[in-house]
Amino acid sequence: MKSIVFIEKNPVTGRLRNVSIELTYKAYTLSKPLKGEVTGVFAGDALPEDTDRLFQYGLDRLLYFTDERLKHLHSIAYKHILEAMIQSEEPDIVLFGATHTGRDIAPLIASSLKTGLTADCTQLYVKNYKDKGNILFQVRPAFGGNILATIITPDNRPMMASVREGVMLLPEEHPNHPHKMELFPVDFNESWVKSEFLSVVPKVKKADFNSAQIIVSGGAGVGSAGNFRLIRELASALGGEVGASRAAVDFGFVDKDHQIGQTGSVVRPKLYIACGISGQIQHRAGMEESQKIIAINKDPEAPIFKIAHMGVVGDLNEIIPVMLRYLKEEG
Amino acid sequence: MKKIVVLAKQVPDTANVTGDAMKADGTVNRAALPAIFNPDDLYALEMALTIRDKIGGEVVVITMGPPKAAEILKHSLYMGADRVMLITDRKFAAADTLATSYVLAETIKKIGSVDLVLAGRQAIDGDTAQVGPQVADKIGLNQITYVSVLREFNDEYLIVERDGEVQTEVIKSGYPVLLTVTGQANTPRYPNCRRMLQYFRADVKENFDTSEISAAEAKGWIIPAYSLEDLGLDEDRCGLKGSPTKVHKIKNIMLKGGDLKMYGTKPTNIKQLVRDITKVYVEVN
Repeated sequence: MKSIVFIEKNPVTGRLRNVSIELTYKAYTLSKPLKGEVTGVFAGDALPEDTDRLFQYGLDRLLYFTDERLKHLHSIAYKHILEAMIQSEEPDIVLFGATHTGRDIAPLIASSLKTGLTADCTQLYVKNYKDKGNILFQVRPAFGGNILATIITPDNRPMMASVREGVMLLPEEHPNHPHKMELFPVDFNESWVKSEFLSVVPKVKKADFNSAQIIVSGGAGVGSAGNFRLIRELASALGGEVGASRAAVDFGFVDKDHQIGQTGSVVRPKLYIACGISGQIQHRAGMEESQKIIAINKDPEAPIFKIAHMGVVGDLNEIIPVMLRYLKEEG
Repeated sequence: MKKIVVLAKQVPDTANVTGDAMKADGTVNRAALPAIFNPDDLYALEMALTIRDKIGGEVVVITMGPPKAAEILKHSLYMGADRVMLITDRKFAAADTLATSYVLAETIKKIGSVDLVLAGRQAIDGDTAQVGPQVADKIGLNQITYVSVLREFNDEYLIVERDGEVQTEVIKSGYPVLLTVTGQANTPRYPNCRRMLQYFRADVKENFDTSEISAAEAKGWIIPAYSLEDLGLDEDRCGLKGSPTKVHKIKNIMLKGGDLKMYGTKPTNIKQLVRDITKVYVEVN
């Protein structure tokens, strides 16, 4: 069971995207029991500064190609280069991070290789299947997250899957492999460059969920952008980060960077306080692994109460000011 | 003058699973969900109409789905689409993104000399975001995904902003090109009243009495439907047959009933809640 992992660099920091490390380790756990190799494929203007970290999580080899013209996401160029790398390896499994880059390139490659690509997997495992031998089982939420589907690609190779950042966890103890880097020669074709990148502006990341122990999130029930101030104040009083459901973002209460859920960030804080969030499956997909969930909602039937540990049925616009007052009193 | 194709999909409204759509066991009753125009595809359609309205051309909306999917084509006509095409055949059923993109790409090739293909970023039922790029690959088009702003366009090129997750990229591309469009891009227009009066009876041919058909045709009410055979497609690449991915198992998600502690709304109850939150936080740390 030979695996390939698409290695992605964060263009702003010049370092590896976390998901590339997460998937390297995942590929290691899938391939190693079956004596398979894990190979990384990288294309870009320069290698990520911290490339060696990959070898600390089970990467056997890295195939890479660097060229100044790959500074920007020229999808067609990336497709041709990565596809050539993948084909040269004849892998069983290919994993991509479900980032805006991975989701741009992976479908092009799957289309070109005429194979299956399963998006946003939350679990991956290898098992024997009928007369097909060992294949990859890909579990993903579908139908807006209301069902969990197990998808297989029984007759085609490679079996391709994408996974979002933060879904696969890294272990405390991990394998350490010697560095083995191989330059993959590519005859760069100028016709692959079809777009012109006029400028690039790094985004100011307004929410930092990675290090947040407490997240206070607001949803449609907050009612207005003005009321969302209460969510910010409660987060700040508790020393936490501000989150939001998709509805709150769509209504313009708060910036999209704060969105938690299937189409936002996946978070696992110690405390998650959901205010005016009904708890649609799309939102739960991003937060239900939180250690303790506190729900404030007007609707006693809201699904959020089914996963919450503490709950209040009431108007958050009345409840949060009282909470803030006590938090101040308690100092 | 540009020939613009919009790829659209009718989807179950998975984003609004309200009480009625929940079964007693906590799973979703899929049959109770209404079918809607995939939200991201409306932004793609709006972008197409904006471009056509300024530089001229034709907007063709394509959807693959059962005859009922003609509803979103009717809505497209209300919004201002020039032409719609329903790609429908039982042999297309259970298509994954590879098989779907094959059918859509072949349809676009049949239309011929298309300058611009616009698709929504992703559909809310599958959330794969794969069909757009896979269509681009099959036609050999340049692609720009996650387009969040249409900055500038003319007969020669367009300039868009792409949401690159950690950065915003300002990208210029000539035609032909395929864009996938996010919800930040625009506000889709309301159906036009005059066009609603014009197309309110628009439907697939089979839903008209034979006696009405020639009159309906004259009024442009017939939503044209195309089968596998009409498009001359390779059956082995369509539907379940042409799909490398197979659904092995489906599990309904059930909400786990937890050890929920409820609080009242009196100030003393809220005070207790604040105390308990603090206590729990200390415990889990």
